[in-house]
Amino acid sequence: MSAVILAADGVNVSQNVGFGIIAAIMIFAALNVVTTKNVVHAALWLVVVLSGVAAQYILAAAEFVAISQVLVYIGAVMVLFLFGIMLTRAQIGKEAGLNNTGWVLGIPVGLVLFGLLAWVILDAFGDDLLPDRGPAPTVMLSDQFLGIYLIPFLAISFVLLAAAIGAIVLARKD
Amino acid sequence: MLAVNFLLLGAALFAIGVYGVIARRNAVMVLMSIELILNAVSLNLVAFSLMTGAVDGQVFALYVIAIAAAEVGVGLAMVLMIYRNRKTIALDELSEMKG
Amino acid sequence: MFGAEVLELSSGWFLENAWLTGLIPVLGFAVILFFGKKLPMKGAEVGLASMAASLVVAVGAAVQWMQRTNSAESSGEEAVSLVQAFGRSLPGVAEGAEAEPFITPVATTWVWWQNSGLEFGIGSSVDGLAVLILALVAFIALLVMVFSVDYVRDDRRYTHFFAAITLFAGGMLIMVMAENMVQIILGWEIMGLTSFMLIGHWWEEEANSRAALKAFFTVRVGDVGLLVGTAIIFFGANQWAVDNLDSNGFNIAAIQAWALSGEANTQLLLWGAVALFIACIGKSGQFPLHTWLPDAMAGPTPVSSLLHSSTMVVAGVFLVARIYPVFWEAFNIGTGGLSFIAIIGAITIVIAALLAFVQDDIKKVLAYSTVSQLGYMMLGLGTGAWLPAVFHIFTHAFFKCALFLCAGSVSHSGSHHSFDMKKDMGGLRKKMPVTFAAWCVSTLALTGVFPFAGFWSKDEIIDNVGNNGYTFLMWVGLFGAALTAMYMTRATYLTFFGEPRGAAAGDHGHDDHHLAHAEEHELAHAGVARSLSAGANVKSGVEGSASDEPHGGHGGSAADDGDAHQDGPHESGKLILIPIVILAFFAIFAGFANPTPLASRFGEGVELIKKYVEPRSTPVVAEEFLASGPGESIVLVDGVAYAPSVSPAAEGGEAGAEKSGCGFTAPEAGTVCFFPGVSHAEPTFAKILLSLAVVAVGYALAIGFCVLFYGRRDPRLVGLTERNKALRGGFLFLKNKYYLDHLYENVIVHAVAHPIAKTAYWINQHVLDATVDGVGTSTRRAGEWVYDNIDQKLVDGAVNGSGWAASEAGHAMQPTQSGKVSQYGALLFGAATVGAIVLVLVNVS
Repeated sequence: MSAVILAADGVNVSQNVGFGIIAAIMIFAALNVVTTKNVVHAALWLVVVLSGVAAQYILAAAEFVAISQVLVYIGAVMVLFLFGIMLTRAQIGKEAGLNNTGWVLGIPVGLVLFGLLAWVILDAFGDDLLPDRGPAPTVMLSDQFLGIYLIPFLAISFVLLAAAIGAIVLARKD
Repeated sequence: MLAVNFLLLGAALFAIGVYGVIARRNAVMVLMSIELILNAVSLNLVAFSLMTGAVDGQVFALYVIAIAAAEVGVGLAMVLMIYRNRKTIALDELSEMKG
Repeated sequence: MFGAEVLELSSGWFLENAWLTGLIPVLGFAVILFFGKKLPMKGAEVGLASMAASLVVAVGAAVQWMQRTNSAESSGEEAVSLVQAFGRSLPGVAEGAEAEPFITPVATTWVWWQNSGLEFGIGSSVDGLAVLILALVAFIALLVMVFSVDYVRDDRRYTHFFAAITLFAGGMLIMVMAENMVQIILGWEIMGLTSFMLIGHWWEEEANSRAALKAFFTVRVGDVGLLVGTAIIFFGANQWAVDNLDSNGFNIAAIQAWALSGEANTQLLLWGAVALFIACIGKSGQFPLHTWLPDAMAGPTPVSSLLHSSTMVVAGVFLVARIYPVFWEAFNIGTGGLSFIAIIGAITIVIAALLAFVQDDIKKVLAYSTVSQLGYMMLGLGTGAWLPAVFHIFTHAFFKCALFLCAGSVSHSGSHHSFDMKKDMGGLRKKMPVTFAAWCVSTLALTGVFPFAGFWSKDEIIDNVGNNGYTFLMWVGLFGAALTAMYMTRATYLTFFGEPRGAAAGDHGHDDHHLAHAEEHELAHAGVARSLSAGANVKSGVEGSASDEPHGGHGGSAADDGDAHQDGPHESGKLILIPIVILAFFAIFAGFANPTPLASRFGEGVELIKKYVEPRSTPVVAEEFLASGPGESIVLVDGVAYAPSVSPAAEGGEAGAEKSGCGFTAPEAGTVCFFPGVSHAEPTFAKILLSLAVVAVGYALAIGFCVLFYGRRDPRLVGLTERNKALRGGFLFLKNKYYLDHLYENVIVHAVAHPIAKTAYWINQHVLDATVDGVGTSTRRAGEWVYDNIDQKLVDGAVNGSGWAASEAGHAMQPTQSGKVSQYGALLFGAATVGAIVLVLVNVS
């Protein structure tokens, strides 16, 4: 990937360096999420990945999405995960048998998928440069939400409501 | 910055997530892997938004975040119920759907 | 361009803060509602204080508006040479091709709310029409409140009464000062709601709550027109307003300018105007939606007087006057088109006046009289007589309010809370001299006798109607004036002359007007026997009982004026008389605000209303208006730019020739008009004499009839309606109010709604049920046949065969269905990857 970065002219070096560092941390953390033997550690590595995604959003000039990411994922979803781990009595320490018997099958599937995607992406976008844009004002986002995407917006609120009710119904003790 | 940077990062996260879904046995870990996949997709959407200059990509990223929250809520509730009924959340022991 | 001159106009604190007039009553309403019961006067003082404060602001604004108008006259040498003396100038016929400048309204607005680029302002936009009505409403409302302090004393919902009446006045003020149509709707709806509360003030009695509902629903029918009309006008005007004035299609000034721009879509304009006028028909009680107005007499008398003099019913007339250019262009008023407005107005004048003859309830006579006078205003507006119509709003408010308050005074102190002229009144002129004098003065004003207020305004309307070429409508107006004289004579005679009857004679035995709500008072007051008779007579009072009032106020007023004998008729207390006297004073002198016939002798300066209220029909340079910022009105506060350019073709433009100027030809590019060039009739001695003669004939006929019929019981006249079939039919026709209520309730509700319901039921029973039954039966038969022949023989074979095939295939595929989710996941993603590879390869190659 570094070769790709250096191959392009007129790139913003500091931006690229920042991106590279964060991306490396993210991939490392993501690999840890799926390979660690400790469920709680996996959750904490996932926090790193999600924070990295939020940082990348800021690099991509999407501040509002970044803040939502922090609020929703790191603030709420991760707490849910930790509760889930706690309530299912996962061992706090290392745990054998976190993987399936057929886990090896995942490696070829993942590699082939990545290879395919990378090839398609490089084929399609090659060395396109991202334009320099300032952050999109939140007003634009809200105009979209309350404008042409109003119906999906309402639908998603119903989905959330249904999910909340469903979660309560499922988790009830009786 | 090159457009492919974000997309390649997204592809890597996606592939890692897929590996996690396939390889993991613990239901909570599978849900975490699904989160990785969803994040990879949102990262792509935001990158597309940056490319085109329209905010539609960001709007969809926000939708993905909302859906993910709902999914985690319901998913964990299901996991919790399975655990309550069977005292385990190992997915390979849940094979009632076997044909 | 256009040689535009910028005039510096004066402004002032009151003009810029005229919005306070509307805000103060609304705040007063809240204070009364929340704290009223704890205050020493139970909230009345808050209402009075808020109305007085509004009046101060409104009068201040009126004075500063006059100064503003004058400042146009005296702002520098240049301006003086352009402006000339204010005079009766026909549009485009200004001497030396110069015209008076348009005086821009003073606007103070805030953004109320905004929606996708549209900003809705709220605030005040004050011009001559607005200050006139603002001051008028605040003044009348204040006097009515003073009257109410005594009149509704001891009422069980005294505090709520003051709260509602304060909000009611506030609603009217908000509407009058409106800068955009949305604010007009706001004020309009506040009035609709509070009028419902006030008419149904004594809702325990069913007739009252029915009347309140009737008023509410009838007006509501019209209100649909307001919403639809506003929407239509918005869609027509918005783009033009955005392009030319940096405003939007709700702004009233923009609507005015759009209508006169010559670029308006005539269809949109026409239908918008029709829809808006339907709203005015409902609100202003025009034919055929006038039926709610007399029923609205069920409310307390102060409510009737406020409702019918200067607020509610005038709102419709005001709306027409406010966005007059729309109606002017839509109905071709300028070119002598026979407009919808004029026809409705003329019909209303005559039918309402005829109905007033057969009413026995004094308040209903006045109610129909109001309807008839509103018809005059609409007739004036519909024929281009804008100024006289607005002037008639002004004068009518005083004398009609005085008449209603007199009726209230009579019932309060003279007739023992009855409004029935035939049963409970008569001969009161000696017992109630002040009320009688005020009544007479107001009656003379209403009938248009020189030199009382109504003469100056009503005659002007009739004169201008004729002058604008509507000769037939002019005669209708004159006929209406004669009818007015007659029915008012009848009411006066029955109330104040002749022998005292019923309660007026001190007789309390009949009491057929006391219904359930008054019974508690009655029990305390007169014993059980009377309340029994009241109960027995509930059925009898169908017409007369609707507006009877409870008995509570009696003790208070008696204590006030220290009158010893409570039972007989006597003069009312000071708090009741003072407002009446003040109003009667104005009923005499209000006409001198615009005495057009005197203008030829004393100069045009005496026509105050014309000088200060009527907007000038001068084009204004549009560019100058673009300077306003967001949330501001398009109208500048400090300066006015106008183009004193008058097309040369106007030189020969006397009446008859082709007129030009605002309202006739489109303004030049870059200029806009806000008011059409209405023409004014030259008063002539002959016309004045004619109308006075008509009124005199009316009076003579009516007095003669009254003396003969009611006084001497002349056998040739008594019982005439029983003997003569034609007269009997006419009488019943009037008595039943043209059967319009029957039409609405029986024909429309019963004949239309019931058959529909019946038909629906029949269809339900016969068609649908039969269909369902039939379908059920045939389905069952078909089902049996199918079961026997197809199912058992054909399908079973096929099902068994396919089941066998599926079973075999399933066994073959069984190993993949391990039931393990992760394995399914691997297969899923693997298959997706393979599919993606195939797609990519296909696309690449």
